[in-house]
Amino acid sequence: MTTRNPAPGKLLILIPAFNEEGAVGDVIGEVHAVMPGVPVLVVDDSSADGTVTRAREAGARVLELPHHLGLGGAVQAGYRLAFELGFEYVIRIDGDGQHDPRYIPGILETLQKTGCEMVIGSRFVAGNGVHFGPMRALGIFFFRSVLRPILGKPVHDPTSGFVGVNRTALGVFSRSFPLEYPEIEALVVLQRRRFRFVEVPCRMRPRRSGRSSITAVKSLYYIVHVLLGVFVNVLKIERRRK
Amino acid sequence: MGRLPVVFAALSLALILAVLRGVRRAHIRVEYSVAWLFAALLLLSLSLSDSALRWAGTLLDSSDPTAALLVVCGCIFVVVLYRSSLRISGLKDANIALAQRVAILEYRLESLDEKIASQTTA
Repeated sequence: MTTRNPAPGKLLILIPAFNEEGAVGDVIGEVHAVMPGVPVLVVDDSSADGTVTRAREAGARVLELPHHLGLGGAVQAGYRLAFELGFEYVIRIDGDGQHDPRYIPGILETLQKTGCEMVIGSRFVAGNGVHFGPMRALGIFFFRSVLRPILGKPVHDPTSGFVGVNRTALGVFSRSFPLEYPEIEALVVLQRRRFRFVEVPCRMRPRRSGRSSITAVKSLYYIVHVLLGVFVNVLKIERRRK
Repeated sequence: MGRLPVVFAALSLALILAVLRGVRRAHIRVEYSVAWLFAALLLLSLSLSDSALRWAGTLLDSSDPTAALLVVCGCIFVVVLYRSSLRISGLKDANIALAQRVAILEYRLESLDEKIASQTTA
């Protein structure tokens, strides 16, 4: 894996965070160790704990949202700022320590070499499979099956938030980005624009602190919400074709 | 007049009073109260007028005027709630865009302050 850094001002590491004071400092430290000199932007989604302080202490810049917008709203705010500041590439990692920053150089290299608009760090390609509970595994299998005909190619890890985008996708996402559960819908938004994506293998770790925002009760709502979002975006694709 | 129209009339009156109270206390903006007041007044007049209720029943091809009242009531509230959903969605989108813009402007202002401070120190 190469650790060659891009030209200054080309790459931004984006970390959306909500109540992640237990992990965000370590994540930023790891990013700095892997990508020295690359700016790190934490988008704080109105955390009630010390996330902002920890992030600043660890050397990140912080974009503080005035109130809680949810994951999509936080990520889009980061994309908007990155686009306005002229960054060429943005790689998003989670603030809970699940994404290993050692895979950032691989994602960047793939973005640069392939010219794809989006690169997904995937848990399921090249034998990097991880074991989930049966419900989660079933959910991922379900969304893979739904997305396969829409995208015209398989996507192994549609729910991964370890994602890199180039400036073209950044421009689109800064204007139009799914707001609540963005990962799956974002793929369909890309397809609507006929953009390309590729998956690269990466390993994910257990979260270091906090709890997942997707609880068992929310799972059903998640599936219905995402399916509806995908359906609406597919309708937009069809209208564009006509 | 059966019991159901009386219940509907009482509910309509309660709704009118609640909306007017909300407007007076500035909990509901006047423009959003109009649809609710209109819906409540329509229901009240349907509930109190036998002929209007019979006319609604004939229009809906129903021999039971109270069933017609229920259908009209349901339709009115679906329309009002749908309008409210449209407004809320639009306001939420505007709110998100505004919150993002405020955060970005604060960030850029902070960066500018730091730049000026470093230039002054130098």
